[in-house]
Amino acid sequence: MRAIVRIAAWLYAIAIYGFIFLPVVMLVLFSLQATSFPIPPFTGPSLRWYQAVLSDPRLTSALVNSLLVAVLSSLASVTLGFLSAWGFARFVLPGSALLRGLITLPLTVSYLIIGMGLLVLFNWAGVPKSLIAAGVGHVVINLPLCFAIIYSQMGDHQINIERAARDLGAAEWKVLLMITVPVMAPAIFAGFFLSMTFSWDEFVISFLLTRFDTTLPVEIWNLLRSGLNPKTNAVGSLVFAVSIVLVVFFELTLLRRKPA
Amino acid sequence: MSVSGSNSRALPWALVTPALAWTLLFFVLPFIAMGLSSLTAHEGGGFTLANYSQFFTDPSYWRAMVNSLEVTATVTVISILLAYPFAWILAEQVPERWQRLALMLAVLPFWTSYVVRSYSWLLVLAQNGVVNRALSGIGLIAEPLQLANTRFATVTGFVHFFVMLLTLTIFANLKQLSPSYRKAAADLGAGPVRTFLHVVLPLTLPGIMVGAFLTFVLCIGDYITPQILGGNNELVMPQLVMMQIGRRGDFPLASALSIILMAVVTIAYLACARWLKIERA
Repeated sequence: MRAIVRIAAWLYAIAIYGFIFLPVVMLVLFSLQATSFPIPPFTGPSLRWYQAVLSDPRLTSALVNSLLVAVLSSLASVTLGFLSAWGFARFVLPGSALLRGLITLPLTVSYLIIGMGLLVLFNWAGVPKSLIAAGVGHVVINLPLCFAIIYSQMGDHQINIERAARDLGAAEWKVLLMITVPVMAPAIFAGFFLSMTFSWDEFVISFLLTRFDTTLPVEIWNLLRSGLNPKTNAVGSLVFAVSIVLVVFFELTLLRRKPA
Repeated sequence: MSVSGSNSRALPWALVTPALAWTLLFFVLPFIAMGLSSLTAHEGGGFTLANYSQFFTDPSYWRAMVNSLEVTATVTVISILLAYPFAWILAEQVPERWQRLALMLAVLPFWTSYVVRSYSWLLVLAQNGVVNRALSGIGLIAEPLQLANTRFATVTGFVHFFVMLLTLTIFANLKQLSPSYRKAAADLGAGPVRTFLHVVLPLTLPGIMVGAFLTFVLCIGDYITPQILGGNNELVMPQLVMMQIGRRGDFPLASALSIILMAVVTIAYLACARWLKIERA
């Protein structure tokens, strides 16, 4: 009986892993084929479509745009999130619970509706579509996330360290920069990293709020109009590779931090 | 918890005001703008309820909401049924030191972009894609099946994503269970099946509900997967919203439809609130 359960469990797990990996394997496999359609049978490795992607100025500039928007909007999100988390965790403010609820509220609303709202507002206020508009939207979705992560990690033992610094005569800004920020570094880093990934992958808000200069997901979307296209495979595989490198890096840095 | 001297009353407000201002300016205000817009006529601009009544009277709009709810319900149920045994295997059958690796492996494909992941399913399901080639290769079908641009494709793409998400929430829940519950059940004479049905399953229900709620919210609000995999044969609500903006620039109608969609999500939240609270406690 136990053996049957074990074998059934193994078979089931393999089937689910197969399901999970099937599309990604197809994506990468057929990005390496020289024919103009990414379909079977596989006709042997070629880097033709990677060359096509890297020499396409629209895609490369979209990639740079995406990185810029991701880094800048994440910096803004993590700064605003950290300052407000510090304010709410260290000081008694009237209506604190309500105000904290307000900051985290955007987490419960879908990106489509956040993007729609900004589109209507900007349209009405005469703000043109741009990468900055999309970046503003990315801060709206990532600020609550950074706030929630950092706020949840502000425990009592950090208060004591801060109090010690104050007792020794440190000014408030010195406490912030030399005690709180270094102590909270893991949470700040986690907030920044998560914001980066969400902004990097975000589509609908950028789609609604940018026009000519746009981000990589939107540019990939434009490629999809031509149906199955090996160039899309190549871009997708590149994005995948970059993400894996980032995740491995994140895992290693976190693991290294653990003993400390 | 206050540690500030009385001289720094302004400091706390200086800390929290930027974040609050950002939320008010770029989240609350847009929402009000959307609400006002939804009550405005597209032509002329006077006050009207026509954008809402259009949804309730035009059967094709209704249809989109019904499609959305049907797709979301199907996806949620299938994802739970597939993810629960998988999470159980990872938590119970895989040796402790391999669990982290097994989970990372299960999540790995989702680190490609969301748009690209949907497109990858198109590669699998296309007329001359792998599934059709394989099925005709072994002689099961003579003509390629129409798999892409169908509800089946939309559901497959969604299930792919949500199996991963639900595996994570259910796995976390299973790991939190104290082994003493299971030992107690065994001591009282329950076999593995009864222990599972009467002890483990009820205790992991909160994890399932949280995952189901997340699935519902993310699924019903998603434009990418239905647009890429379902095509335009059968619209869901987010596609209908985007269509109003793209084709006609009809912001008032798009706003009204967005607000209706949000109302449905809020109702779902209230229905699940009891369960979501249990999880937090």
